Amino acid sequence: MSTLLTVENLSKTYVLGGGWFGPARELAALTDINLTVEAGETLAIVGESGCGKTTLGRCIIQAQKVSKGTVTYHPKAGGDVELTSLNKRQIKPWRQDIRMIFQDPMSSLNPNMRVFDIVAEPLRIHKICKGRELEERVISTLEKVGIPAEAVGRYPHAFSGGQRQRIGIARALVLDPKLVIADEAVSALDVSIQAQVLNLLEDLKAEFGLTYIFISHDLGVVNYIADRVVVMYLGHVVENAPTEMLFERPRHPYTELLLEALPIADPLRRKGRKTEVRGEIPYLGNRPVGCPFHTRCKYAQDRCRTEKPALRPINGTAQEAACHFAETLDLKGAYEDAPAKEFA
Amino acid sequence: MAVDTMTPVQAKARAIVPAKRESQFGLMWRRFRQHRLALVSLWVVAAFYLVAVLAEFLAPTDPSAYSARYTYAPPQGIQLIATEPDGSWSFQLHVNGYKTEIDPVALRRTFVIDPEERIPVQFFVPSKPYLLAGFIPMSVKLMGVTEPRAPFYVLGADRLGRDLLSRLIHGTRISLSIGLAGVTLSLFFGIIIGGFAGFYGGWFDTAVMRVVEFIRSMPTIPLWLGLAAAMPKDWSALQTYFAITLILSLIGWTELARVVRGRFLSLRTEDFVTAAQLDGASDWRIITRHMVPSFMSHIIAAATLAIPGMILAETALSFLGLGLQAPIVSWGTLLQDAQNIRTLATAPWLLTPGICVVVIILSMNFFGDGLRDAADPHGR
Ligand SMILES: Nc1ncnc2c1ncn2[C@@H]1O[C@H](COP(=O)(O)OP(=O)(O)O)[C@@H](O)[C@H]1O
Ligand code: SF4
Ligand SMILES: [Mg+2]
Repeated sequence: MSTLLTVENLSKTYVLGGGWFGPARELAALTDINLTVEAGETLAIVGESGCGKTTLGRCIIQAQKVSKGTVTYHPKAGGDVELTSLNKRQIKPWRQDIRMIFQDPMSSLNPNMRVFDIVAEPLRIHKICKGRELEERVISTLEKVGIPAEAVGRYPHAFSGGQRQRIGIARALVLDPKLVIADEAVSALDVSIQAQVLNLLEDLKAEFGLTYIFISHDLGVVNYIADRVVVMYLGHVVENAPTEMLFERPRHPYTELLLEALPIADPLRRKGRKTEVRGEIPYLGNRPVGCPFHTRCKYAQDRCRTEKPALRPINGTAQEAACHFAETLDLKGAYEDAPAKEFA
Repeated sequence: MAVDTMTPVQAKARAIVPAKRESQFGLMWRRFRQHRLALVSLWVVAAFYLVAVLAEFLAPTDPSAYSARYTYAPPQGIQLIATEPDGSWSFQLHVNGYKTEIDPVALRRTFVIDPEERIPVQFFVPSKPYLLAGFIPMSVKLMGVTEPRAPFYVLGADRLGRDLLSRLIHGTRISLSIGLAGVTLSLFFGIIIGGFAGFYGGWFDTAVMRVVEFIRSMPTIPLWLGLAAAMPKDWSALQTYFAITLILSLIGWTELARVVRGRFLSLRTEDFVTAAQLDGASDWRIITRHMVPSFMSHIIAAATLAIPGMILAETALSFLGLGLQAPIVSWGTLLQDAQNIRTLATAPWLLTPGICVVVIILSMNFFGDGLRDAADPHGR
């Protein structure tokens, strides 16, 4: 597998307030993020609400300026494109390759445009085709996501949430992209619809040869769709591992905490589980020194309060974690009945 | 708006789903129609503007033609049926003539309607050639008397024996158009300035909003009075007209700029705008194609609600002698004639422009409220 995208030392700081009166406050939404996306994989980014997942997605796709660090795209044709250093005009061609699916099916479609025009808009902007060709491309893309040709003249409000999400997917795919960033793409949908849309995303991935960055707070969904999972906490990557390894034996106490709250379909296994993640998320503005997780970690030692753990491969495996004791802690996975296997 | 091309498949697709493809304006109109008062007001407003457009055709006489013989002649009232002394009757549109009596107490000449004298009234009477709305040559009026020197004062006459109805009709044109011109000017500045502030934010936004707050914190009437009083007295009628429009829009743009800025600010973070950005759309395309259409209805409602204030302001200024001056006829200058109580006692019909002001202001407000509610049923 080749690497499709590299994120290096990426930080994002929001400046709050700072008008004419009063000092500006800084909020570090992302701190020193490093990750790679391999061509053809589905990389999930998980974490509680407010940990910076959306910000990361938006920084990758250049919907927002990064404060520090680089995002580099590696097109198949070769060469490295440092997206973070491009201006608006320079980045435009690459916008065809990297596309986004939004969370809210209500606000992500322009209520004043017909479905046809919504999906045709990217083709028109990039002047890819027009007339019959444009029309055929739009309609065939819509049909692939399950929107019949008869419906293309309607306005978005005539559709259900699941259908709207399909339209959003069609808009992302009509440019024949390489990388699709889906930010909570199914979170706003009913559980039954979620499964349909997830299956659709799987099918489209195979058909178009896509790579996904799948942002979600729902580990159940992530388990279903992802090949690899990046766990974020307070703007840091705390664990990065293949899905199976992560669910089997997490290496970061925060991941364990998230898995603990994961509702398990089997009622026998669910016994004694909490359904809520315990503890308060500290405010990002007054970030704790040392390990960002130490205020909530039940394994925390003195060292954790002063020294920040680095993200590193654990025992030479593909699993990376940022915890001083990642190698030694025996953390519970999602399947507590099964004995934790060693991936040594 | 959103359609660049209509292709056969699209056309087919649209033909299949007629009921559901309702635009924002379609929706707005449906909601608006349920608002009875607003709907009636719409017709009233439309009627007034029609009068303004067709002023020359509707006005029976020249608004400045005077006749000393008919000073303060009372309204004649149009009669439909003519009764002969022998008791027989026939349909005949006519007005009665006047005869004069000397008031024995005040020793003043007064007019009374003379039922004996009948002056026939006709539709589409020929007249001196004129230009309708300034460019359509015509030589016929909606209604008038055929006898050349016969009096025709449906709403009565003023001090100089000029026909109040004709003056009112021409005044409607000036008063309503000044409201419209003022709002157009306000809209122009409001959209551009508010749009820039809302879309780009930053220091420009801050500066604009401070200026807007400053202007809005000033009491309007003294401000208008001051500006109007500073206007040179030797300006031509046209110059004063534009100056007054400008003075009215000086305040008007602030409200519209605030509305536009607010919509831009809230839309800027909407996902569909981000989506357009990520599509690679230019700022211009994002603004004109994705943002403006979704708050056009709010702008229209805000603009409609701004018109009555402008009309009222013009009337007030002119009434006080600081706005438009004779020979321009506006509701305000007409009401100037009704300033003293003695005149009002002799010629109460001179107050009809006041009734027009009340009717149009109320209608405009109801209409604007209806539009606003229809544009944003959940808002506010
Ligand atoms: N435009 C913004 N301005 C200021 N703070 C922001 C902005 N967007 C997000 N944040 C803050 O950054 C943090 C991360 O937000 P976000 O990336 O939306 O998290 P998530 O998607 O994981 O819920 C939150 O604390 C949020 O309040
Ligand atoms: S470094 Fe310490 S505080 Fe941080 S997760 Fe590991 S044990 Fe917990
Ligand atoms: Mg989010």
